[in-house]
This record gives sequence, C-alpha cells and structure tokens, in this order.
Amino acid sequence: MTGALPSPPPLASFGGAIEFIFEPQSSSVTGGKKVGGFEQVVELAVNQLELTLLALAVSMVVALPLGLYLGHRGTGELLAIGLGNAGRAIPELALIAFMAAAIGVGWRNVTIALAILGIPPILTNAFVGIRQVDRAPVDAARGIGMSELGILWRVELPLAIPTVMAGIRGATIAIVATATIAPLAGVLTLGDFIINRNVYGADGLLAGAILVALLAMALEFSLAALQRALTSKGLKVSAA
Amino acid sequence: MRRTTNGARAAVAVLLALFLSLGVAACGSSNDESTGSEEEGAGAIVSNPENGSVSLTIGSKNFPEQEILGEIYAQALKAAGYKVTSALNLGSETVAHQAVKGGQISGYPEYASTALTSFFGIEPEEVPAEAQAAYEKAQGEFEKEGLTAFPPTPFASANAVGTLKKTAEERSLKTISDLDGQSEELTLDGSPECRQRIDCLAGLEKYYGLKFKSFTPVDISLRYTVLEKGQADLSILFTTDPQLAAEKDKFVILEDDKHVFPAGNVIFVTTKPVVEEAGPDYEKTIVAVQKGLTLPVMQELDARVELEKQSPAKAASAYLKEAGYTG
Repeated sequence: MTGALPSPPPLASFGGAIEFIFEPQSSSVTGGKKVGGFEQVVELAVNQLELTLLALAVSMVVALPLGLYLGHRGTGELLAIGLGNAGRAIPELALIAFMAAAIGVGWRNVTIALAILGIPPILTNAFVGIRQVDRAPVDAARGIGMSELGILWRVELPLAIPTVMAGIRGATIAIVATATIAPLAGVLTLGDFIINRNVYGADGLLAGAILVALLAMALEFSLAALQRALTSKGLKVSAA
Repeated sequence: MRRTTNGARAAVAVLLALFLSLGVAACGSSNDESTGSEEEGAGAIVSNPENGSVSLTIGSKNFPEQEILGEIYAQALKAAGYKVTSALNLGSETVAHQAVKGGQISGYPEYASTALTSFFGIEPEEVPAEAQAAYEKAQGEFEKEGLTAFPPTPFASANAVGTLKKTAEERSLKTISDLDGQSEELTLDGSPECRQRIDCLAGLEKYYGLKFKSFTPVDISLRYTVLEKGQADLSILFTTDPQLAAEKDKFVILEDDKHVFPAGNVIFVTTKPVVEEAGPDYEKTIVAVQKGLTLPVMQELDARVELEKQSPAKAASAYLKEAGYTG
C-alpha cells in the first residue's frame, strides 16, 4: 500500500502507528512525559468531529436554503455555480490567517473557515439537484394547487435527495480532512499528531493520518446510510 | 454534478489524509542557481579548481532563517569551487537529521540546543549555556553516530517569552520569574509543538512552576499578530525574530533567568565521509562565512526575507557581498 510513496523512505512503521494509538509513547522533546495513547486520540478525535459537525451545520444553514431556493426559481445559476466554484479555490490557511487579525484564533475562526470550505459543494449540488428534477411531477403538483414551498419540500427535494446529499457528503469530507490544520489556529484536532512530528515522532504522524482517514470514512458511511434512509422508496425502485 | 461512488469518495479521503501528512513530512529538493565570484578581497573566498569534482547537497529546515543559512553555506561553497545543489525545505529537525545520516544531503545548519535536546535526549537544563561548551557536547554525541559538526555561529537562536512593552511595564515584567503569581491571569500563545516541549511550555510549567490562563497553539506566522491585536498577553517568540529589531519599542522579551530555553548557536552538521571527500576547504569556507553572523546581522537578514519579502537566495548573496566574502 505504501510502496508508491516517493522519497524520503517512510520512517514510520504501521505497527508503531497502531501502538501509538493505543499506548502512550515516549518522546525526545517532552522531558520524559509520554505522548499519544488512546486517551489523547479520543480527545483529539472528538474535537475534530465536533469541529467538523459544527462547520458542516453552518455551511448547511447558509448554502442549503439558498441553493434550494435558487434551484426552485431556476435563476441565479451564476451565483450558485460560479460563486460555488470560485469558493473552492480559497486557500484555507490563508483564510485562517486573514481572519486571525479580525476575530482571533480559536474555535470561531476555524469553524467559519471550514464552513466557507463546505458551502460551495452544498450550494452547487442543491441548485443542480433541484434544477434537474423532472418537470412533469412539478407541473402536476402545481396543477393540483400545491403551494410553491410545498412543491419544493414535498416534490422537488425528495426527488433531488441523491444529488443534494452528494454535495453534503463532499463538503463533509473536505471539512473533516481540512480540520487537520486546526492546531495551527488554536483548536487541537488529530492534526496535532501530524503537524508536530518533533513531539509525536514518525509513528505519531502516520497514526494521525490513519485516524483522520478512518474518521472521514466513518462520516462518509454514516451519511451514505442517512441518504438511503432519506431517499423515498419509489425512487429506489426506479433507480434499481 | 452526478454522484460519485462511495469507493471514490473514500479513496479521496484517504488520499487527502496522506497528502496532508506528506506535506508536512516531505523533503523535496530545489536547485540553487546562484553563482559565486572568484574575485579576491579581504577574507574573500578563493575558488579552488580541485573542488570541482566534489558534489555537495546543502540542506536546511523549511523556515526563513534556516533557508537563509542554507543559502549562505551553499553559495559560499559554490564560490569555493564545489558543485553545489541545495535542499532547503526539509520539514523538521528529525527529517533533516535522517537525511544527513542517510546521505541524501551532505550537511545542514542545526541549532546546538535542538541537536542536544531533540536528537540526544539531553534535558534543557543540562545544555551548557556557553556556545563552545554546547558545541563540544553536541560534537561528542554526533561523533558516536558517524556525524560531525563544525564550530558554532556567533548568534544564538532560542525560544523566548515575548509580550507588548505596555504589558511588561504595567505588570513590571523583566524576567520570566516575574510572571510568578500573575501567569494565571495571562494567556499564552505559541507554536503547536510548544505545548508539550520541555524547552517551551512544558518547561515553563515544570521549572518556573507557572500555570497560564490558557495556552493557544498558533501557526508561527501569527505569533506577533496575536500580541498586537491583544488576543494573547504573552507569545512564544524567537530571539532572532526580525520584529524584535524592527519594532524595539513595541515588543519585549522576558529574560529566561532559569535557562529553560537553551541558547541555540548554529552548528553545521555533516558526515565524516563527506568531510574526507570534500577536503579542507569545506570546513574552512563554512567557518569563515559564519563569522559575520551576529544576532543583529541575523535579525537583519531575517527581516529582509520575512518582512521585506526578499528571497533567501538574494539575502544570502547580499550578505556574502557586503561582508566581503564574494565580489
């Protein structure tokens, strides 16, 4: 699996990383205090999960209503897709440093920075998801006198769930992976193991990478399950 | 805008995690294009044609002061006639140490204190305060693993507890010991790794018995911002920071009266086989060009790169010219 890594030769061992996750290890720079171990792993993983969910919630609150509304109206393509795509190019660390002068470092700064990262995929997918819903059921709903909000909520959104959820899942992965740099701005996440190689050693670094990947996969599988639960039965039959 | 599969997304997640970890650990290399002059002057480096058959790779860690030092050594050795390439972006001392031991680089500048505490497990309080003694102690340890180090630079780089002059006056802070009884009301910011290092926060807690209101890890580029904006009362700085020279009436550092932050004069770490292959000009050149590197000079060079955004290569070549090493 690691055979394709470029030089320098990997100095960490997989076994060492697993050991680091479960047992505190000695470090050369801490004056004898051990680092790592299950307790610290749990503490940092919980921080990273909290930070991810918080930032995701903020992104959804901003991007979902806007994307769904614009998709329903069929207008604002430039905003939903253009701004969405431009948003993906914002360098995260620069954003954190920029906001540090205004609002300081810490949870607020990092949450906002990560939420900005999550907005583009959610906004774009919500817009496109609603836009591409078959017009026939929408016209039928309008014909029987449903309100516009009713059409969006009970006809368009259920049909657009797969695309809308794909946006949320993409945002989640981007946020959880990027939350790794939060220790550079005052929030201790699993990235602490990766950033502070001098403290945690090569095994700690590898352990951090493994843990972030596991956390990302756990979130991905949970959201996939949520998506299946939210998708209407009729849609699943027709998709099969 | 179609859905991608679960597998693809999981793969992306793994790749992202790997990418982030490699970004920190990776050591690439860049080629140094600068040229040295062969002109002779007072203390000028003389190009020796015999050195032309020797290839050297000069490394450094990936922050400005290290890159400047790496450039100074690389350009000076080039002026002495060596074939020089540089790898000035080794992520951390651990990576640099492994690279020199593994022969990927010929040598790199390291702080004597870092070498002693990080590589050889010596407690900061046991690191000699005097530069020559610290060098000799490090040299003894390096020799055990087949490495060797050249004598130290005049300047020393160390961690320092810094604050605004205003805060220091209000609370009459001159030394770190003066924080005793006040630290519980004060917030401290510092690099993420400071938190657990014995030559940083862990040492302040252990040897000074200080407890701070909070410690917030920040990227080292933010250490002055948080002080200026009043987001932290104290910040862990470096003695060679250009801001300390450029804004003398704004920032002050507190004297480390219990020597928790060991003085770090730079020593050039290399291997015995490289020294034998490269001949006497190798050590002679390096020791000669670092003679002018006093604390004010190093702060000035750091200022040119960090504040005025010159390239490390340009700052290094200006230093070599101004000090008369190259024409």
